[in-house]
Amino acid sequence: MTHNQTSAIVESPARWIRSRNRWTIFEILFWIATLAPLYFFPAYLNLASQVAITALFALSVDLVLGYAGIITLGHAMFFGLGAFTAGILSSRYVWGEPISGLLLGGMVAALAGYVTSFLIVRVQHLALIMVTLGLGLLTFELANSLRWLTGGTDGLTGISTWKIFGYFRFDLWGYTSYAYSLAVLFLGFLICRLVVSSSFGLALRGIRENVQRMPAIGSDYKWHLRKVYTISAAIAGIAGALLTQTTNTVTLEVLSFQRSADVVVMLILGGTGRLYGAIIGAVIFLVAKDQLAGINPQYWFLWIGILLMAVVLFMPKGILGGLSRLIRRED
Amino acid sequence: MVLSTQSLCKKFGSLEVARDISINLPAGARYALIGPNGAGKTTFINLVTGQLKPDSGRILLDGQDITRTGTADRVRKGLTRTFQINRLFPELTPLESVTLAVCEREGVSANFWRGLSAHRDAIEEGFAILSRLGLADVATRPTRQLAYGQQRLVEIALALATKPKVLLLDEPAAGVPKDESAMLFKVVANLPEDIAVLFIEHDMEIVFSFATQVIVLVGGAVLLQAGPDEVKEDPRVREVYLGSAHV
Repeated sequence: MTHNQTSAIVESPARWIRSRNRWTIFEILFWIATLAPLYFFPAYLNLASQVAITALFALSVDLVLGYAGIITLGHAMFFGLGAFTAGILSSRYVWGEPISGLLLGGMVAALAGYVTSFLIVRVQHLALIMVTLGLGLLTFELANSLRWLTGGTDGLTGISTWKIFGYFRFDLWGYTSYAYSLAVLFLGFLICRLVVSSSFGLALRGIRENVQRMPAIGSDYKWHLRKVYTISAAIAGIAGALLTQTTNTVTLEVLSFQRSADVVVMLILGGTGRLYGAIIGAVIFLVAKDQLAGINPQYWFLWIGILLMAVVLFMPKGILGGLSRLIRRED
Repeated sequence: MVLSTQSLCKKFGSLEVARDISINLPAGARYALIGPNGAGKTTFINLVTGQLKPDSGRILLDGQDITRTGTADRVRKGLTRTFQINRLFPELTPLESVTLAVCEREGVSANFWRGLSAHRDAIEEGFAILSRLGLADVATRPTRQLAYGQQRLVEIALALATKPKVLLLDEPAAGVPKDESAMLFKVVANLPEDIAVLFIEHDMEIVFSFATQVIVLVGGAVLLQAGPDEVKEDPRVREVYLGSAHV
């Protein structure tokens, strides 16, 4: 620490805190780059939508896993609840207005998140993983057995999503889908960014760093955990609803264990606890899946496995963590 | 009395770790809690702060019964401790850590829709606490990078951020070289006068120079409470604790 820096902090420690949270040029460039598929890769717009939706889902998991330290293998339950809510709303109740569908999907998932959070905060470590896994599997089987509502293994069909704001029609090429998914991802990102940079976000990092210390500084940390779990469930539900609306189908796959596990893999690839890690992880995972499945549709997961091991061994903080270390070293 | 315990008892199986402990801490107290290893000093602090539940007895803070109150609630009522082994937030900076404690105290840590920097008062108060303890220069480095002695100070800073009426320090200088531990205790001695302090310490020189009263704990029970001079001369204390050759 140089003398200048110290005196700057003395002058205004609040300003120092704020400066750590300022938008960087990298962030601005990153979000501009997300527009590229619209202009340069129109053939990949459907993939791009998938990536945006999955990235939003990964962001929701990063809130609980990366910031609050809740390891979950069952978050697809909230994604799926949102997806089915939007699907049922359209196919059973003939309501295809997208924005209200998103919000309702988020609310249903949030409610489920709030209720299950009471169970989540009671357990830790391995028991926590098992509880999240169990809740995810339960939800999957529940949806499977409620055929009259969810369509069971056939899923829901006959979903149609109306024009966004009554104006933007979903087109065949996926321009609207991607623009819509990207806009929702960006809004979701802004909310996550606000959450993690607030005093609540600081409390979450405190929980992750040393949960035992929290009561000793007067913190009802379990209340914090319930809250972040609910917020995260809401965002996951919105991501799920978004998938329904952009594909006009829902299958049980949205609730599958595979989806819960994949999203954790994405977070580990990209780097946990840094928001952008979730987005980068989703991009790498889905683009790799798309390209590798083109080469050999059966064995593409082999390459993901190799990549995962390489990242964990050589970049324990994920690809983004490794990159930021490289950049700092060059400074 | 700010803090009183009345006949606190606790057993682990057949082992009595706290036997009928009754102590009184007046406002502004600088009391030391001493005793041989395994005497139950840390257990006593765990009972008072709520990490352990007593089998019988009562704990009063400002005359209010807090025996059944949870740890976090006790902290918010003004009863705070530090730990013998650092329990810090390694990746957070001291400034963030102490600000977090201030935010928890002020009840603003549940606020997720305003940036942290909007809580200017909390940040400035946190920084003021760190400055008072001589940590201004390292306030914005990750805690894990700090020297061990500085980390011990962060322990105290975190406790101070809760605005305690009663501060229980569990070996504040544990693991710190002797010359630095005197410095740590200067910090303890200079704590605001209205805070009642009870500290556990093994170094008798430090105990006798900083404590106005000394409580001697042996086998889970209070053997003696007296001024430092009297404790020094007490034959029972010499025998069970100090060893006849010492002091």
